[in-house]
Amino acid sequence: MKRSKLGPWLAIALGVLYFVVPLIGTFEFSLRMRRGEYSFDAYQVVLADPRFQATFAYSTVLALATIVVGVLLVVPTAYWIQLRLPKLRPVVEFITLLPLVIPAIVLVFGYLRIYNSSSLLPMTASERATDVLLTFSYVTLALPYMYRAVDTGLRAIDVRTLTEAAESLGASWATILFRVIFPNVRVAVLSGAFLTFAIVIGEFTMASLLDRPAFGPYLQLIGANRAYEPSALAVIAFIVTWACMGLIQVFARGARGMSAESR
Amino acid sequence: MAFLEIANLRKTFGPLSVVQNFELAVERGEFVSFLGPSGCGKTTTLRMVAGFEGPSSGTIRINGQDVTRLRPNQRNVGMVFQSYALFPNMTVAENVGFGLKVAKRPAAEIGPRVEEMLRLIKLPTLGGRYPYQLSGGQQQRVALARALAIKPQVLLLDEPLSALDAKIRVSLREEIRAVQRSLGITTVYVTHDQEEALSMSDRIVVMSEGRIEQIGTPFEIYNFPRTRFVASFVGTLNILRGRVADAAQGRIAVDDQEIVAARGIADGQAGQIRSVALRPEAVSLADAGGERNRMRGTIEEVNFLGSVVRIRVRFKENAISLDTFNNPSVAPPQRGQPVTVSFAREDLLVLEGAEAG
Ligand SMILES: Nc1ncnc2c1ncn2[C@@H]1O[C@H](COP(=O)(O)OP(=O)(O)OP(=O)(O)O)[C@@H](O)[C@H]1O
Ligand SMILES: [Mg+2]
Repeated sequence: MKRSKLGPWLAIALGVLYFVVPLIGTFEFSLRMRRGEYSFDAYQVVLADPRFQATFAYSTVLALATIVVGVLLVVPTAYWIQLRLPKLRPVVEFITLLPLVIPAIVLVFGYLRIYNSSSLLPMTASERATDVLLTFSYVTLALPYMYRAVDTGLRAIDVRTLTEAAESLGASWATILFRVIFPNVRVAVLSGAFLTFAIVIGEFTMASLLDRPAFGPYLQLIGANRAYEPSALAVIAFIVTWACMGLIQVFARGARGMSAESR
Repeated sequence: MAFLEIANLRKTFGPLSVVQNFELAVERGEFVSFLGPSGCGKTTTLRMVAGFEGPSSGTIRINGQDVTRLRPNQRNVGMVFQSYALFPNMTVAENVGFGLKVAKRPAAEIGPRVEEMLRLIKLPTLGGRYPYQLSGGQQQRVALARALAIKPQVLLLDEPLSALDAKIRVSLREEIRAVQRSLGITTVYVTHDQEEALSMSDRIVVMSEGRIEQIGTPFEIYNFPRTRFVASFVGTLNILRGRVADAAQGRIAVDDQEIVAARGIADGQAGQIRSVALRPEAVSLADAGGERNRMRGTIEEVNFLGSVVRIRVRFKENAISLDTFNNPSVAPPQRGQPVTVSFAREDLLVLEGAEAG
């Protein structure tokens, strides 16, 4: 009995070492800015840097915009496919997976070709328009995660019967979507939203090539020019991502408690 | 004119014809059940009335208005589903008030109406609960209240009790019927449970393979089934196959023994193969004398069920089940024993349609 448990534990220990040792190393290094003692100086420098604040704020705003657009695009689509076009599901699943297969750099060059300043739709001509383009490209990047999260959420409820019940009570499509479907996939939408946030905050390629002042390019800039600050930034980025993951867990657990009682 | 009129309704899914020639007129306040085996098209028909499926042809009228092409949310029809379908994110009161809220009724109207509905279903104190905090029976009652809150013209229920256990099923069906009576609401109820249909309905529509087999009161359906299908699906009727000897006199030979149907054999011809039905309670092991049908056979099976003993008597191809009351002073007959059974000529029902020999 004891022997059979040793294998899994060993695997877990190895995995933990693999992930945790570099993190601890990075964290330890980020504390060594002051010679001879540990300090949070690197963090102070980073957090006080106006460019950090500006880029982080910019990326946060874009992430929120991405989430709003993504949710409004994905929830009705996934809902409609589940309700009326289940045959199309494999097709849509394939399409939503494409951003994982096609490198971001290819996407950006595609955008630049189609939307350059001499094209019919010059999205890169002004900064605002480029922001919109960047938001849409983030929606594309986050699509695989958002779609899967929402689709799983929809599968957990009886979409068809709930829709029909609401319909027979006189509800219109908008009412059904916003009063019945959205509230019941709230948890799934939230976990999709946090994943989107984590992706957008650290994204480099798109922002860099579209030349927007996002957090990803800033990370790269600091990384290339400083010694200790990049480690501090890496740790901060990790904390943001983990906070997102943690929030997903919190919400998911809340929902599970609720549905477990109903069974 | 009837309140709910379904005329010449037909539904096909691709090559599959699911509902055909469906004609039904339901009076205002009437409780009509669709009864039939799984897959016979009950749900599809009900869904066409609700507007969830579009008919391939035919019309549906409610209170004189043609609703065939109306969307479900414009029909003012209440629907109760087998799976309850309460909105999980809303409390009981919010669920019941949903239809009124959607219709933008003032809050001063919604509150009292919701309370009235909760009193009607005898759950006046549970308005603040969420669906997952209720039992199945309570959830279904809330679903009923939700459907009734909007004062629908017609109430539709699709096997609302099948997900519940037997005890609650019986008490809830009485409750549904009582609520329906008190509101006088025109109701269509789908079930595959004959006991449910017989005990609740004003009239029953027996369906098979997308067609109406018979429409009638529970009394008519049970006692005078018109087709072999109805006879075998409703109750535990004995069905015998025989060859017509004389249609006008009602003489028919079952396994070479001639018996007589008092009502004659409608549109029958000598030599035809026809089915006749006989209720188990009409058959007796003793010969009561007089002008009765008598048949000789052997006892094939004796089942002691307590107060009742069910006996099967085999002729050749055909057999009859009959019930006798248990009598402690008389031992039940033995298997293999030859017997003569008898039954009144009036009790022999000739079913519609000739069959292939
Ligand atoms: N959307 C659909 N596409 C194709 N066939 C369908 C569809 N809906 C129903 N059917 C078919 O129509 C027939 C009747 O189905 P329906 O659900 O009306 O039966 P039912 O009498 O309600 O049965 P049950 O008692 O099992 O609920 C079945 O053979 C079913 O397979
Ligand atoms: Mg059905």
